[in-house]
Formats: sequence, structure tokens, C-alpha cells
Amino acid sequence: MPLLNLRLTKPKILVDLNGVSSLDSIRETSGGLSIGAMTRQSRVERSSLVRERCPILAEAIRYIGHVAIRHRGTIGGSLVHADPAAELPAVALALDANFEVARDGRDRVIPAAEFFIDYLTSALAPDEILREIVFPMVRPSSGYALEEVTRRHGDFAIAGVVAIVDLDEAAKIADVRVALFGVASTAVRARKLERALMGQEPNEHVFRDAAALLDDVLDPPGDIHASTAYRKHAAAVLTARALHRAVQVCHDRRL
Amino acid sequence: MYVSDVRLPNMLHAALLRSIHAHARIRSVDTKEALRLDGVVGVWADRETEGRISPFPESFEIHPARWLEGVKPVLQGPRPTALARGKVHYVGEPVAIVVAEDRAKAEDGVDAIVADYEELPVVIDPEESLQARATLVHEGSNNNVVFSFSIEKGQVNEALGAVPYTLKERFRHHRYCAAPLEGRGVVAWVEPKTNILTVWSSTQMPHLVRRQIAAQLGLPEETVRVIAPDIGGGFGPKVFVYPEEILVPFLALQLGRPVKWIEDRTEHFISTAHGRDQLHDVECGFDQEGRILAFRDRFLLDNGAYNPMGLTDAYNTAAHLQGPYKIPNFSVTGTCVSTNKVPNAPYRGAGRPEAVFVMERCIDTIAARLKLDPAEVRRRNFVQPEEMPYHAGILYRDGEPICYDSGNYPETLTRALEAAGYDELRKRQRELRQRGRYLGIGIGCYVEGTGVGSFEGARVRIDSSGQLIIATGATGHGQGHETVFAQIAADLWGLSLDKISLVEGDTASIPFGCGTFGSRGTVNVGSAIYGASVRLKEKVLRLAAHILEANLDDLELGEGKVFVRGFPQRDLSLSDLARAAVPGWASKLPEDLEPGLEATYYFVPPTVTWANAAHVAVLEVDVQTGGIKLLDYVVAHDAGKLINPLFVDGQIHGGVAQGIGAALYEEIAYDTNGQILSGSFVNYLLPGSMEVPPIKTVHLESPSPLNPLGVKGMGEGGAIAPPAAIANALADALQPLAPQVNEIPLTPDRVLQLLARREVNVEAGAI
Amino acid sequence: MMSSKRAIEITVNEKRYEGLVEPRISLADFLRDQLGLTGTHLGCEQGICGSCTVLFNGETVRSCLLLAVQANGAAILTVEGLAAKAQIGDRLHPIQQGFLETLGFQCGFCTPGFLMTLYEFLNENPSPSEDEIRERLSGNLCRCTGYQNIVAAALWAAERLRAKSDR
Repeated sequence: MPLLNLRLTKPKILVDLNGVSSLDSIRETSGGLSIGAMTRQSRVERSSLVRERCPILAEAIRYIGHVAIRHRGTIGGSLVHADPAAELPAVALALDANFEVARDGRDRVIPAAEFFIDYLTSALAPDEILREIVFPMVRPSSGYALEEVTRRHGDFAIAGVVAIVDLDEAAKIADVRVALFGVASTAVRARKLERALMGQEPNEHVFRDAAALLDDVLDPPGDIHASTAYRKHAAAVLTARALHRAVQVCHDRRL
Repeated sequence: MYVSDVRLPNMLHAALLRSIHAHARIRSVDTKEALRLDGVVGVWADRETEGRISPFPESFEIHPARWLEGVKPVLQGPRPTALARGKVHYVGEPVAIVVAEDRAKAEDGVDAIVADYEELPVVIDPEESLQARATLVHEGSNNNVVFSFSIEKGQVNEALGAVPYTLKERFRHHRYCAAPLEGRGVVAWVEPKTNILTVWSSTQMPHLVRRQIAAQLGLPEETVRVIAPDIGGGFGPKVFVYPEEILVPFLALQLGRPVKWIEDRTEHFISTAHGRDQLHDVECGFDQEGRILAFRDRFLLDNGAYNPMGLTDAYNTAAHLQGPYKIPNFSVTGTCVSTNKVPNAPYRGAGRPEAVFVMERCIDTIAARLKLDPAEVRRRNFVQPEEMPYHAGILYRDGEPICYDSGNYPETLTRALEAAGYDELRKRQRELRQRGRYLGIGIGCYVEGTGVGSFEGARVRIDSSGQLIIATGATGHGQGHETVFAQIAADLWGLSLDKISLVEGDTASIPFGCGTFGSRGTVNVGSAIYGASVRLKEKVLRLAAHILEANLDDLELGEGKVFVRGFPQRDLSLSDLARAAVPGWASKLPEDLEPGLEATYYFVPPTVTWANAAHVAVLEVDVQTGGIKLLDYVVAHDAGKLINPLFVDGQIHGGVAQGIGAALYEEIAYDTNGQILSGSFVNYLLPGSMEVPPIKTVHLESPSPLNPLGVKGMGEGGAIAPPAAIANALADALQPLAPQVNEIPLTPDRVLQLLARREVNVEAGAI
Repeated sequence: MMSSKRAIEITVNEKRYEGLVEPRISLADFLRDQLGLTGTHLGCEQGICGSCTVLFNGETVRSCLLLAVQANGAAILTVEGLAAKAQIGDRLHPIQQGFLETLGFQCGFCTPGFLMTLYEFLNENPSPSEDEIRERLSGNLCRCTGYQNIVAAALWAAERLRAKSDR
């Protein structure tokens, strides 16, 4: 809508999806939590089902803008918009969500890892609509955290990290997902870092060493808010902090 | 009712084509397609308006003769035209105006205009603009210098050669802007019965706008009426006259229909004046005690393509640099240069924040070098209360020698530190440092020349219902004039507030007016109300004496009536008196009194009266991310007699919030092509409720000897010190790492860069 | 090239209206220009400043980011409708009264947006802390007040509303 107001886009035809009620839904399925693309962000934020099964999603939404924005903004809208500084694409990547895409006659499923192509560019073809997103549930034993640096409360992140951690009986890292936003042309998964953390003890040294492995996924822009160098630095700092807090949450949830 | 709420029958809407290039020659402006669009009524470029709209003056600044003689400034600014002529000088400069049946169609019309430009080299950096080979923004200009001046007191060069210590620093006070929530807008029509060209404009200066419309359209002033309706924030950029304020009335005359133009936010960023943008090179000599012995400042002000207020900001900076301190040798050279950016004009503080930033950072730098407490260094430099009134040794821009009339600067600082809990804070700072956390406390002290002239008027009258009606040329943008001015009148007349009304911002209600800016409202309007009331009271009493057949000396005025002392039943209400003061057969006037109960008084202040304040900022900085969190903010403020502390606090809160924005969030940035990078609220960050902490205010009152009410101004005050106080707080927080904080905004990135740099400045003459 | 106008039916402040709008006109422009409800203000038209906030089917939205045609069949509450939501005997809604009590406004341009945001917020959270208020209000920009008195107004109104509902 801002683009329309600024006359930066002048479509001849605008299709309003608000009338398609079937796209507004939150339900539990075997694959996880299936959320319709037109479900309002505020509805997802408040849903007890989401808070229980996929708490990182509910938490991430609270960082999106402000309440009035979240009343109209939709899950699908944010994901398809594919802003690299947005929280939801990073959450989708961290959770390995699946995007159910509808096209006249031919539906398909796009995994999160293949959904975010470039700056403001998703894998949707011009004749496709995102129908649902299936978010695998977060295990009750997992810890999670979102850390970001913004200029002001509610702003787009300069850099941010989503971390989900699971520990084994020996309190070592059994599963870890780290996704970053604001640090490249899309949200990114830090798989090299994840592999390095597996089986490790979750402490400050380990986190800091691992953060050095972020280099190959970091390709941050420089703009009026922060330079490339700053975003790289912040990414490392936030990754360590997010992992630390995720581990804390993990311990809390197990109690 | 704001200007965008004005709706008139048959109203048309205007939209502007603005330059997309920072510097270019206009080859052609092809309006054929635009004119063909359904609903478009007309399109005007300079070729259609040249000869019918005269150019603007070089600046709107009034130059008192004494100031011109004393300072001998260089004033050689260009004269902008309403629509670009031949060349465009900044992205956003108006090139053509389209009028259509509604706003959307007018914007369609703008999109359909084909403007052809030949791009020219762009001048963005003010230092580069001064180079001999630099492209000239305005043909015929002297190396892009448009205004400059130099003042000195004492012998600065000699003194600097003889001091024990010097510091040499460069300070940059960046470009940012007022960003009122309501942008600019103009509605104009020719009122059908009276034929008066009636103009609503979101302006702080209706009389000035009227004068310009009349002058530039060749009309008698009496045939033009300008009304400033409710204004959604002024803050300075609405203090001079813009092209649209001449174009829209012109079009109303041409078309014989009402015309409305309301700017949108992105338009605002490239057309409404920006502020600040100064670069200072300072050399300061001091002694072992931290006393400043000599101070030299050479600064550049980046004018943008025009500076409609001439040397106002730059000279204010010079006049306020010494602050509340005694500086025996002092010199300032200010140079305003042209660049291809949006015009630069005064914004709340108008040159004072830049001065205070420089001086207060110098004080703290001196304190750090000598390992003294920054509060103590200030105390050693303050003008002491027994030295008041204090002659600062240079002229104010009204041409009068600066004289700090009243105030106790050490006391103001003491009260601020007390309210902040300074000693406790220092203790907490030490404790937190041991835990690897960085708390910082920063001080910003200043003096402020307020209530500047040249005048303001009040027309006070009593109507037949006994209501006291005050008309003034000031305008309200939320300062509470309706309450504050009514309070002043209520006090003078012994009336309750509901018996007093205020009319402001309408040229039809008072013949001469200045406007609301520069912390001058209460001083000037208040004093004018006082003056007018003295005159009117005299008339009221003389009439009452005549009717009651009593002696003037036996009469008293209070609670809406005049009565004979000791005989309260022998009274006349103000309403009775108003109805008696009519002409003709019903008149009860004596021969020597004219009909009507009314008096007008124009107050001309002898010079500015000096307020002062001390701000204390407390923050914590995250040295890993560079993030700053403001924990506390205290203002101890002395603005003479306070009429309404609630409104004063409101002004302080708002000013401090803007200062916080400047220190931490707001920045107007341009790329090397002169394209604005911060052209919307996405990138131009106004502080919100989470960014502005609760602000504690402490009030002191040292009455002004320069007006009958003893008041001083304070509207700008809150915005003057925050950049200084916050920069000082950051430097204080990072003391062990000793970064030099000479620039704002203090973004997380800049904070980390400061930490990485850790420059140590070498001083002449070690201990 | 004319875009054809659409007929819409919309309830604003409990009054039904019929309008004819071009699809590209925003809800804010429709309310202001066609219905003459100029209390809703435009500060940025990008959804950032919050001055255009109204209630749309009971939820706060940025009316500058909605097309008027999208509001077909919806129920809107604007600042002009607030006083009617006050209790019998009160001239103003407690939220509005709060702003008067604490000087929660100066130029007034952002005020309608704050009022509507607070209206929704205090309905959800009748006993908010100052921190909660500041967080909720972080989506509305004010240039005049520094927010302090707005927060005070919200606290005043919350207390007044609780008192009224206790009766």
C-alpha cells in the first residue's frame, strides 16, 4: 500500500485477497502448524495454539512494526514480500517451514530453503499464490530466542538472529538452528555454524568461536542506518547472544 | 481546523512537478500530455509565470542598521524564483504546477509532464564547494559563498600563543529537520463579496506571507488576507515564505476558483527547509584550572541551495557560543555556502544547539584532559551571579550589545545535578564499570537570547457582552496561547479565564504582526497585552468616571466591573461600559473619548532577554552493539517569571524529544548525486515513546528586567542542549577508552567506530 | 483513462453511509473528503506516523493503508465517534478528558491517532503499567509533547474507566 501511495507502482488491476476466507486459518496438521497465508499477524501472535506449539513464531511477530500494522499485515504477505530484514522469513528458515503454493490446477510445495531467492524476491511465479505455510512445531524440550538490533523499537532490524536449540541428556547441543536477517539479500541459515555447534557444550567460548563461521552467509548491505562492517559485527554478537538465551530458555522449559 | 481541512465550493487541487536532479539546466518542460488529461485544468511552468510573479528576496531576515555597521556581514545570496528558471538547484525544487479537479488527477497531471534536463556537476560537500575549481551552484556567486561574517573580542591570536594548553577539534553538527507531523499546505480563493484574496496557509507568519503575496503578485496588501488556521507543528521551517504560498494564490486569481495544495511527506523532505548542518574548527586555550582563556571558531554552514533566513542561524551560533562562561578572548568566523540540497533555514534552536554542542564538548574535553569533574570545570568558567548583568562583548543580531540580564548559572547547574542525583549516579557508574557495564552522565549548559524583536502587537477590546477579546499577530501551534495569553490578561483585568478570548494568526484581525518563532511569544505578546491593557484600562476608567460622576482616583476595576471604592453598589460592568461607548444617540461617552472600547499596543523589546538552563543526560551504552539507552533526563530551567508551568513543561518535553532525535536517530543524508537518502519516515527516524525517557523538570525564576511581566522565552530551550548532554554522556560512559565524540547522531555504528578509533589528541604543553 | 467508480456501503461512528469511490482512493481520503470527517489526519501516508489510525471492525488500522473499497461493509470508528462512546452525562470520553487533564496534546495533529490507539488498548488492558503504555504507543509519532503527558493521560483515563466500570 505504501508503494501505491508513493506512486512507485501503478498497477492497472489490483486483486484483493481479503475476501478469500479459506486463506485465513490456523490448524494443527501432521506436518506441524498450518497457517493460511491471509491470516493476520495479530491473530497468529495471540493464538494459544501457536504460542504452545510454535512459540518462536508468536514471539517473532511481536517484533513486527506495531499493533495496527499487525492487525492488517498477514503471515503470507510478509513472507512473500521477502524483505531480508524481516523476522518471519528467518523464522521460516530456522523451522524449515514448507510453503504450499497454488496455481491454476498445479499446486506445489516449496521448502523454506528454496523460497527466498533475492532482495524482495520469493520463488513465487507471477501466476502463483501462497496458500498456506506449514511450520514444524518446536519440540517442548527446545529453547528458542530472537535477538535483533534496531534503531528504534519496532523498526526493521539492522541485523537479527533466530536461534533454536535442543540439548541431549549430557546437556550438549543435539540440534541447533540459526537463521539471520538483515545481513544479506535474503534471510539466511547458518548451516556451517550449526554443524560446528553439534555435540558441543553450550558456553560463551563455543558460541563466540562458532560466530566466526558466519562469514560465508554474511553479505550485508550498507545504508543510512548501518554499514556493512557494522552488520557483520552485529551478526556475530547477536548470534552468540541468541544462542545463549535459547539455551537458557531450553533449561527453563525443561524445569 | 488545519489547512487540509479547509473545503470550499468548486475547489481545485494543485500538485507540483519537482526537480529530480540536484543540479541541471532545464532544456524544456513539455506540458502537452498533462493538459490533455481529463480533469486537468491548467499547467504552469516558469514561462507562464515569469513577469507575473516577482522573485523572492535574498532573505527574509531583517537587518538592523546597528548590526550591519557593527558586524559588516557579507550578504550576497541569490533570489529564488517561484518556479525554477533556467536551472534547478536541488532535488525537490518546484518546476511546474498542475491544477485539476482532485488531488489524484493533479498528480496524474504531474506524472504526464515531460521535463528534459541537462545534468550539471553536483556540489554536495560544503568544504568542496569552497574550492576554487568547484562548480558554482548559483552563477556569479563568489566561490559558492552567500553569507559570511567575522567577529572578535579581545586578542585571540596572541592569547592562543600564550596559553598553557590548547585543544584543537573539529565538530560536525549534521543536517536534520523539524518534521512537524503536519506538512505545509495552502488554500486560496478570492472571496466573492469583498474580492479579498483570502489565503489559508500552515505558516508561523501570516503577516509576512501577506506582505510577500502582495509584493510578488503586485497587489495592494489591503486586498490580501492570510489566515494561519490550526497549525500541526511549526518549529521553524514554517517561518518564511515558500513558492507554493505565492503560486497557489496566483492560481486562485487566474482561475477564479478556490485552489488547494497540501504537501505529502515525501514531498516535505525535499521541499520544506532542513536545519543545522554546520562544520566547526575550534581552537581553545585553557589553563591548569580548566579556565578557558581563548576561543577561536571557524565554521561552515551548508546552506543548501538557498537560505531564506540569511545569517540568522549562523549569527545565532556566534552569539551563543560563549554560553554562560567568561571567555576573555573570543573570535568566530561563519561562512554560509551553497550546495545542491534543500534550503536550510532555522529549526527550533536556530543555531544555538550547534554552538552549545561545540562549547559543551570542549568543556568536557578539557575536563577529561585535566582529569577534573566536568561540573567543576563549568563552575570555574561560569559568569558568577555577582557579575550579573554581564556584558558578553559582542553584538546580538538585533544590533544590541549582548548583556546577560539576570540568572544564576551555578545555581541552575546545582539544581539540575541535585534532581539527577549526581553523586549517586557517579557511585553507580563506578560499580557498573567493575561489572563491565558502561553508564554515562552528561551535562549541557546554555544561555538563550529570547524574546527577540522586532515587535509584536496586541489589540485588546471589550465587546457588548463584557468579553475581553485579544487579537495578535502571533500564531499558535500548540504552545497554549489561548490559555497563557488569557492568563496574562486575566491577571491584569481581574477577570476569569472564560471571559477572555484570543484571536491569532489572521491578518484581518490586527494590521501589523511578526509571528511565532524564536522563543518570543510570551515576552512580546504578553508585553503587548500589558501595554494595550494599560491604555484600555485608562479609557474604561475615564468613561466610568464620566458616567458615575466620580473621581478617577476613587475608581477600582475588578471582576468584570468598575466601582467606586467604598461604594460597591455604584458600579458599571464592562458590558455596560461597552454598550455605553457607542456613537450616536445611545452614546454615554464624554466629548473627548472615541466610540469603542479598544486599544492596540505594539511592543518593541529593547533587546533579547536571557534565559538559561542545565540539562543532564544519563545513558547506558552496550559496547558490543553500540546501542544507547537513555535512562534519565533532567532539565533545570530558568525562563524568568513563569505564567503556566504546565505549558512550560510541555514545551520542554517536546524540545528535549527533538534534541534526543537529533542526538541519536535523525539524519538527513544525501548521496553524491544529491539524491536524498532519508526522504521518508522509513529512514528519517523520529523518536517514539520508547525512545524518549520520562523527563524531570526543575524551574528557577530570575525575572527579566526588560519587560513589564518579567518573563523570558523558553519555547526552543528543550531542543538546545540534548545533543551536547548526550554526546557528553557517551564520552563519559566510555571514559576509560577515551573516544572523541565530536559528531552526531550517535548511531550504533558510529559508537562502535568511536570505540575502534580511540584517538588520543596531543596537546601543546604537557603537565 | 478513467477508472470507474465503485459503490460502497460503510458504517462510520454507527451511521450508515453510501459512497461512490475510485478504487485508488484510500479510506483516509474517503473519510476526510467525502464524509467530511476531517478528524483523521494524514502525516505520512506510509503507515508509520499513526495519525490516520481508526478502528476497522473493532481493530486499529492505518486508514492511509486501506483502500476505501476494502472498507465496503465494514464498521469504522473515528475520533469523531469517541465522545458518543462516553457514559451518559460525560461530554467527552474519559480518554479525551485525560488528554485535557494532563495536557496530552499541543498542536493536536497526532492526537486522534493516539486516542484511537488508546481506545483499543485500554479495552484490552484496563490496568496497564507505564511501560506497557509506552510500548503500545510506540507506533504513534508525536513531535510536540515528548510523550510524557500522553502517557499521563493514558494512566488518568485508565483509572477513570476502571472507576466507571466498578460502579
